[in-house]
Amino acid sequence: MQLLANILIDGVAYGMVLFIIAVGMSVTLGLMRFVNLSHGAFAMVGGYTAALLTRESEWSFWLALPVAVLVAGALGALLEALVLRHLYRRSELDQVLFTIGLTFFLIAATNALAGPQVQLIVLPPLLAQSVDLGFRTLPAQRLLVIAAGLVVAGSAAWVVARTRFGVWLRAAVDHPETAATLGIPIRTVQCASFAAGAALAGLGGVLGAELMPLEPFYALKYLVLVLVVVAVGGMGSLIGALVAALLLGSVETASKYLASEWGSLFFFLAMALLLVWRPQGLLKR
Amino acid sequence: MTLSPHRLATALATTAALAFASFGASAQTVKVGILGPFSGPFAHYGTLFKAGAEAYIASQGGKLAGKEVELIYRDTGGPNPGQTKTLAQELIVKDKVDYLGGFIFTPNAFAVAPLIQQSQTPTVIFNAATSSITDKSEFFIRTSYTLWQVTVPLAQWAAKQNIKKVVTAVTDYGPGVDAEAAFKSEFGKQGGTVVESIRMPLATTDFSPFAQRIKASGAQAVYTFLPGGPPNLGFIKAYNENGLAQAGIQFLGTAEMDEYDLPKFGDAALGLTTAFHYSAAHDSPANKKFVEALKKRDANAVANYASVGAWDGMHVIHEMIKATGGQKDGLKALAAARTLQWESPRGPVRIDAKTRHIVQNVYLRKVEKVGTEMVNKEVLNFGPQVDHGLDK
Repeated sequence: MQLLANILIDGVAYGMVLFIIAVGMSVTLGLMRFVNLSHGAFAMVGGYTAALLTRESEWSFWLALPVAVLVAGALGALLEALVLRHLYRRSELDQVLFTIGLTFFLIAATNALAGPQVQLIVLPPLLAQSVDLGFRTLPAQRLLVIAAGLVVAGSAAWVVARTRFGVWLRAAVDHPETAATLGIPIRTVQCASFAAGAALAGLGGVLGAELMPLEPFYALKYLVLVLVVVAVGGMGSLIGALVAALLLGSVETASKYLASEWGSLFFFLAMALLLVWRPQGLLKR
Repeated sequence: MTLSPHRLATALATTAALAFASFGASAQTVKVGILGPFSGPFAHYGTLFKAGAEAYIASQGGKLAGKEVELIYRDTGGPNPGQTKTLAQELIVKDKVDYLGGFIFTPNAFAVAPLIQQSQTPTVIFNAATSSITDKSEFFIRTSYTLWQVTVPLAQWAAKQNIKKVVTAVTDYGPGVDAEAAFKSEFGKQGGTVVESIRMPLATTDFSPFAQRIKASGAQAVYTFLPGGPPNLGFIKAYNENGLAQAGIQFLGTAEMDEYDLPKFGDAALGLTTAFHYSAAHDSPANKKFVEALKKRDANAVANYASVGAWDGMHVIHEMIKATGGQKDGLKALAAARTLQWESPRGPVRIDAKTRHIVQNVYLRKVEKVGTEMVNKEVLNFGPQVDHGLDK
């Protein structure tokens, strides 16, 4: 019984970390259909900003977090406006090659600027403690991640489905010419969406850093996990990505409790089965 | 083209001069090829090798046994036996190095064994810690440590502390499995029980489930092995966040508290116990000299097992140059190396004549805070240890 409770608690906590680092990709790759393999690099920029601000400048974590998210978003907007927008109409292979190249560039740049060692984000005492659940403890930071994941999933899904901006975005992605003739400012919509995706990546970089420590190779190391979550959740489905992350996180956690000698086998087996069952994504028939 | 006698004479004289010059250079300069990771995720090890080796040469006045020494660095990246073999071959054949040094990863060391055996090139392992490496060629000498060497005295100590039940939690790859075997075998001999052996996948990022399993196992202590960097940080975090220290489960580690990762743990590391051969806080004149020389060479360099391995490795090469007078003579150099003993920054050490592995004190250390700095305070000296992995 306690084992089951442990698996569920750790599974949800881990799944939420997976979701929070993947949600930005769900916007850029899923909603905008742009093969954005530089997602990890934007997450790394956000994480590094928070780490340097809290450690070197001794800012409060609560101040560094929004600043880091804004920095990642601003970098996303800048790159989108200067270079990435030329890639929307190019083939997927061009997008893959360019964004992978961009990732290597950002890895080398962070390595040169901040050194090869792991960067730690200084947490406030409130988050650094453990919360007593009676039969076990849970790091308080994980509760923040769970809350942030739910808020992000809910509000992003609301923006896409219910607001005018969401309508514009879907129109701009599906039929850019028609959308433009109807007077939708598609350039603004694209740039703002990409910036939002990059900002969410930054958020994931900061909040996920407890489990996925920041180092120059961060940008590539966890890319596979992110891609799996987005693929299983379904392109463009934020709630689908949330369900996928929780499901896969629980599978991975259960295998650590029960069959750790099998490595990540069950994680990828679950991915394969889910993709066979619902190739378009968990919540799409 | 016709050659006038005058021209011919000039050409001959030039060739002779060139030949003489190059002969002169090779007699004067000793070349040492150093193989290590200088790019990619493990690049900091290469930097530490470089700092340690160059600091040693600088501390000897820039020359070893009166000879100029040229260090030639080659980048192996990560564990990459194929590329390492190619690079070593180039160093031996093209650059005509007299000695090889370096090696972070065991597979890379294995890959060069046939090359150094055939070319009789003395090769000093600065780090790679699998016992059987020195078996693969008689030209290997090792100045690092092996997991058996540090784990066996730790298991004996744990048994003496009245710890009866231990759970092992190791990262599931070569060295982790080696560490698990070493602990299980010795702790069993001492009458203890390993209640559960957890192997954690190499790609693990969330260590909470393992921390909960360790807690649930009912053991009094956890023996662990983790590679440096992210997995190490993640495990220590989970150990604390899940209240293992409060539950009284003693931490038994080896290289986990290495000085490179240590500052990143913060207070989470306080009180953790490890058994290891080198602490930057080792109180001796030799260690002070080492730390000073290292900082002078590279202010960012960390005194830890990698830099001290390189420092002592260069000492062994120094002694081999002395014994051979700077001539290339692998057998004579090895004969000299087999009997070496000296005062290393880690304490008194010697090379075991049979295994060519370093015999050294292993210490029990506890992480303490001195001022604002985290240090590994040596609390107990287990005395000189051989490589228990080769002598088993």
